[in-house]
Amino acid sequence: MNDTFELRGGESHIEVHKFYPGAILGITILALIFQAAVPVYIQRMEILDLPLLVTIYFGLSRRNPSTGLLLGMVIGLLQDSLSGPTVPLGLYGIAKTVIGYLASSIGSRLDTEHPAARFALVMAFFVVHQAVIVLIRRVLLAQPEPWVNWALLIAAAINAVVGVFLFVVFDRLRRNS
Amino acid sequence: MVSIPSRHKSLALLTGVLLVQILLLAVQIKRDSHGRLIRVWAIGAVSPVERGGNWGLGKIRGIWNHYFALQSTQRENEDLRTENDSLKLALAGLQGKAAEADRLAELLKFRKSQDKIPMISARVIGASAGTASRAIEIDRGERDGIRRNFAVITPDGAVGKVIETFRDTAQVLLLTDKEGGAGAMILGTRTQSPVGGNGEPYLVMKYVPNDDAVNVGERVVTSGMDKIFPRDIPVGTVTEVRAGNPFKQIRVKPAAHLDRLEEVIVLLTQQPLEFSKDAGSQETPGTRTPNSSAANPPAAAVKP
Repeated sequence: MNDTFELRGGESHIEVHKFYPGAILGITILALIFQAAVPVYIQRMEILDLPLLVTIYFGLSRRNPSTGLLLGMVIGLLQDSLSGPTVPLGLYGIAKTVIGYLASSIGSRLDTEHPAARFALVMAFFVVHQAVIVLIRRVLLAQPEPWVNWALLIAAAINAVVGVFLFVVFDRLRRNS
Repeated sequence: MVSIPSRHKSLALLTGVLLVQILLLAVQIKRDSHGRLIRVWAIGAVSPVERGGNWGLGKIRGIWNHYFALQSTQRENEDLRTENDSLKLALAGLQGKAAEADRLAELLKFRKSQDKIPMISARVIGASAGTASRAIEIDRGERDGIRRNFAVITPDGAVGKVIETFRDTAQVLLLTDKEGGAGAMILGTRTQSPVGGNGEPYLVMKYVPNDDAVNVGERVVTSGMDKIFPRDIPVGTVTEVRAGNPFKQIRVKPAAHLDRLEEVIVLLTQQPLEFSKDAGSQETPGTRTPNSSAANPPAAAVKP
């Protein structure tokens, strides 16, 4: 996990990034703590989903679907655990598993280093993430939940903006090839 | 070994991870009135299989019961048929006993009506072996006081006389035998003439002059002149009258059913009996006298 290597798919070649030891674990814990603690004091911060951004970033960077989905599952289940008794274990777990898989699958095919691509991907993944949650709530939990509304799109855009800047910070934790 | 592409591995892993988490959700979620979601899913998954299995088993059971199990049905059918036959036999036996009870009741009634006349009832236990003679064997004999030439009757009329006695049985010669007969008379005109048999079912009144008026349907009773039968016991009904030389040829249908005797009465005396007005002309339970006529004059009460 200390090397950087390239995936060769057709004519293009895409780098698989490695991070300093403990970086993924540390960032995940920090994101979960932030998600659990900050909205208590600043309610507007609820709109941010830092665990989702972490899942997307490492999925895009690692570019391994298995690793991506497992990381998404772990982050999602931890977020479920911290979300109180009204959120069943597995709600965020399933959603972030899907996102981790999709992110790492797309990351292995596209260049996701450009800020515009990151903005679009984060926004799309945010919508997909919410769609999966709504689907679970409606189908499995039989809870009424609106599908798409302006608040969702605004939240997606805000998270995308935050993600673009946050990903730059995360890029600094990469090990040089 | 076949190597699985990494893309398929990750898809399989994704599927597995999602399924595990969905199950995790199902275990936790409790729906109103349905219990936990895992239970709802489990029941929902198993119910179609159960229904299908139940439907299939029902079909198989139906096929078995309607086709393959017919062997036992056939056996049951045979058993039921056998049981039905035995029940028919039992029913016939019961009907016979009922008829016998009716006859015995009639006999008992007759005996009670003649309670001052010494008589004894007997059961017919045999008949003549051939057609040459018309006789019966009864289950009463000398031990019961039966003697030769005692009159034998039924509540319907005269039957015959005892011709042979043994310790416990006796033989009775019927009126219809060629040697049988009794002193008789036309009830209405009191014209006397013996009646006798000629081996046929009907009797013949032998010595009525052509000048005497005898009509079909007239009743014939015993006259008492033979010293065997008391007077006025019904003998029969005139069924045919023809002029003869020098006497009329008169056929008489016996009042008693001589062809199907089962119980009889042996009179131990010649004291006249008192028959009911209908005796000899009316049907008795289980019997029929086709030629009986309501216009027949009733039997006169016998003087003591």
